[in-house]
Amino acid sequence: MSAAVDNDKSVDGAGRGDALRRWIGYHPAAALIIALAVIFFLWLILAPWPPDFEEVFGKKLLFINALFNGITLGGLYFLVASGFTLIFGLMRYVNLAHGSLYLFGGYMGYEATQWTGSWLFSYVVAFVCCAIVGVAMQFFIFRRMEGQDLRQTLVTLGLSIIFSDLMVWVWGGNAIQIDAPDALSGPVRTPIIVSIRSSGEAMFLQYARVRLVILAAAVIIGIGMWLALNRTRIGMMIRAGVDDRDMLSALGYRVQLLFVVVFAFGAGLAGMAGIVGGTFQSISLGEDSKFLLASLVVVIVGGLGSIPGAALGALIVGLAEQIGTVYFQNYATVLSFLIMVIVLAIRPQGLLGKR
Amino acid sequence: MALVQTTELLFRRADAQRGLGRWVSNHWPTVSLVVVLVLLPAIANSFILDQIVGWSLILGTIALSLMFLAGYGGMVSLAQMSVAGVAGYMIAVFGASSLPKISLFWPWWVAAPTAIMIAVAFGTLVGALSARTEGIYTIMITLALASAFFYLTLQNWPIFNGFNGFTTIPAPHFFGVNWKDPIPLYYMILFFAALSYAAVIYIARAPFGLALQGVRDNARRMEAIGYNVAAHRIAAYAFAALIAAIGGILMVWLNNQISPFTIGIDAIIDLLVIAVVGGLGHPIGAFIGAIIYVTLRAFALDFLVAIGLDGRRFQTLIGLGFLVIVLFSPDGVIGLWRRWSARVRAAGGRNGW
Repeated sequence: MSAAVDNDKSVDGAGRGDALRRWIGYHPAAALIIALAVIFFLWLILAPWPPDFEEVFGKKLLFINALFNGITLGGLYFLVASGFTLIFGLMRYVNLAHGSLYLFGGYMGYEATQWTGSWLFSYVVAFVCCAIVGVAMQFFIFRRMEGQDLRQTLVTLGLSIIFSDLMVWVWGGNAIQIDAPDALSGPVRTPIIVSIRSSGEAMFLQYARVRLVILAAAVIIGIGMWLALNRTRIGMMIRAGVDDRDMLSALGYRVQLLFVVVFAFGAGLAGMAGIVGGTFQSISLGEDSKFLLASLVVVIVGGLGSIPGAALGALIVGLAEQIGTVYFQNYATVLSFLIMVIVLAIRPQGLLGKR
Repeated sequence: MALVQTTELLFRRADAQRGLGRWVSNHWPTVSLVVVLVLLPAIANSFILDQIVGWSLILGTIALSLMFLAGYGGMVSLAQMSVAGVAGYMIAVFGASSLPKISLFWPWWVAAPTAIMIAVAFGTLVGALSARTEGIYTIMITLALASAFFYLTLQNWPIFNGFNGFTTIPAPHFFGVNWKDPIPLYYMILFFAALSYAAVIYIARAPFGLALQGVRDNARRMEAIGYNVAAHRIAAYAFAALIAAIGGILMVWLNNQISPFTIGIDAIIDLLVIAVVGGLGHPIGAFIGAIIYVTLRAFALDFLVAIGLDGRRFQTLIGLGFLVIVLFSPDGVIGLWRRWSARVRAAGGRNGW
């Protein structure tokens, strides 16, 4: 009896390290496998590959590039999907016009860089424009059909049809590329050895600077969102709204105002992601449904309504797409959908989703 | 007052039983529709016959499978176009096409049932994956699964022939009739559309359909009574997949081709638009939505130019129409019709008194 009490106490008072040690104690085999996997993964990245290994798995440069591209693409997907998942988590409807907001933000950012020449300023423009559209949608349409989530979703679908046609009208069907400023263009040398020449000289990986900067920005935005959700008053209201919207409103909080704020923020994030996408790749007709689908897959894999889930899902989907492009050329896009189907079959609520 | 009303009602019922003439006059919309559809080949040219009415009936059949799931099961599945696409692709793979490298050239009476079976298996699998989730999740998951199938057909060359798809997939030749010809093809489409419609009407009133509607209204209560909710949902997906598969095969026989864009994201969304605009409350809604959509698609360009707009803004027109319907008449065109006829009846009753 007293042993049990002690046990409870130690759980209460235990730090993170103790919990980890305890978990390893309970699952020694799993811990060993995970540790080996981590070591193997670090070796894959840091060490130059032996020739036999390269013969089987291809050049290390290809793998490292796919890995980096996957992580940065995951950053982009996170920017799009986090707004999507936040809107769903709070308001309970799937915003099928989210891809349109992404594309609209990209076009507005393109116009802004054309007019002002400032890449950074275009983010502000895209955020504000998309946030205004988002506020208008929430204020004029969705507010009027509170609680009818299917109807709201259908409305977002109708809006996405109209938006995409209007954007084709204004900007045409050609792909548009947004140029990164000179300070961010060009490659950066990373301390990762790709291969060793016969002369014994080590070759280091060269990677596009703008992609690393954008990845860092995505990580900062992610951490900022986590802090805002967990450490601020409005974040507390949002979390309470996700858990029980009716109760929050019964306690006297202005839920409708919260909805507008969250929708504006989610839409603005999608708009900023549009510029990122336009700098990374390009924006054109059809990108809206592509990114809508990407966010769908990301949030289904990660768990609907969960920000950490969106981050995890974005990373998995981005990696799957890029690594798939290198190693299973014909089925790259199908690979991420396959992951989604497996997750659905095993854990329908998503990896980090709540029931 | 009440007594007068009751006697009036009794008289009406007695009248209704009196004869066919009375039944016809009570059901004049249905009767005239059937007459028009059956006699249409006598008056319409082959463009109207196949490309407008035939195509509407096919889209209506596929939309009917969506309507069945959404209206009676409460599951808005966006994968129905993909189920139809699986059947269409499989009939090209097992039957005849212009690609002897892929097509197996089986006779139609082996190829068509095989294609339907594979499509039903696919539809059931989609159902099994999404039946564990509810409501709004279903839309997301089926949309993602449907686009997965779209990308698969786009990127897979050994089976789906990638970007190009299949062409020259003729309707078969049997019972001494060449079903490729416009008029036989039209009657074949009409027959299967009517059959699917009747099947949905029947199932909706059968015990299975009633249990399904119970699941739609309150899954937890049905579970408590002892019904297997997931099994009912998956069975509904299987039945809907059968209808969609029939529509898919007819679609391929009519268009004589299938490619990834037949089942692309636009087509998936158009199908939902058709079902919602027509109305999810009654099976006829799917066909009404389809005829509106096909007519608009065929004549919108001329119409938009005629009123002085750019003819290419067709999608905006469709989107606006869809938005107006969703915003102002959630039960679609048949909802409008029901309200209108109720008002007429009410007005007529007042005049009668």
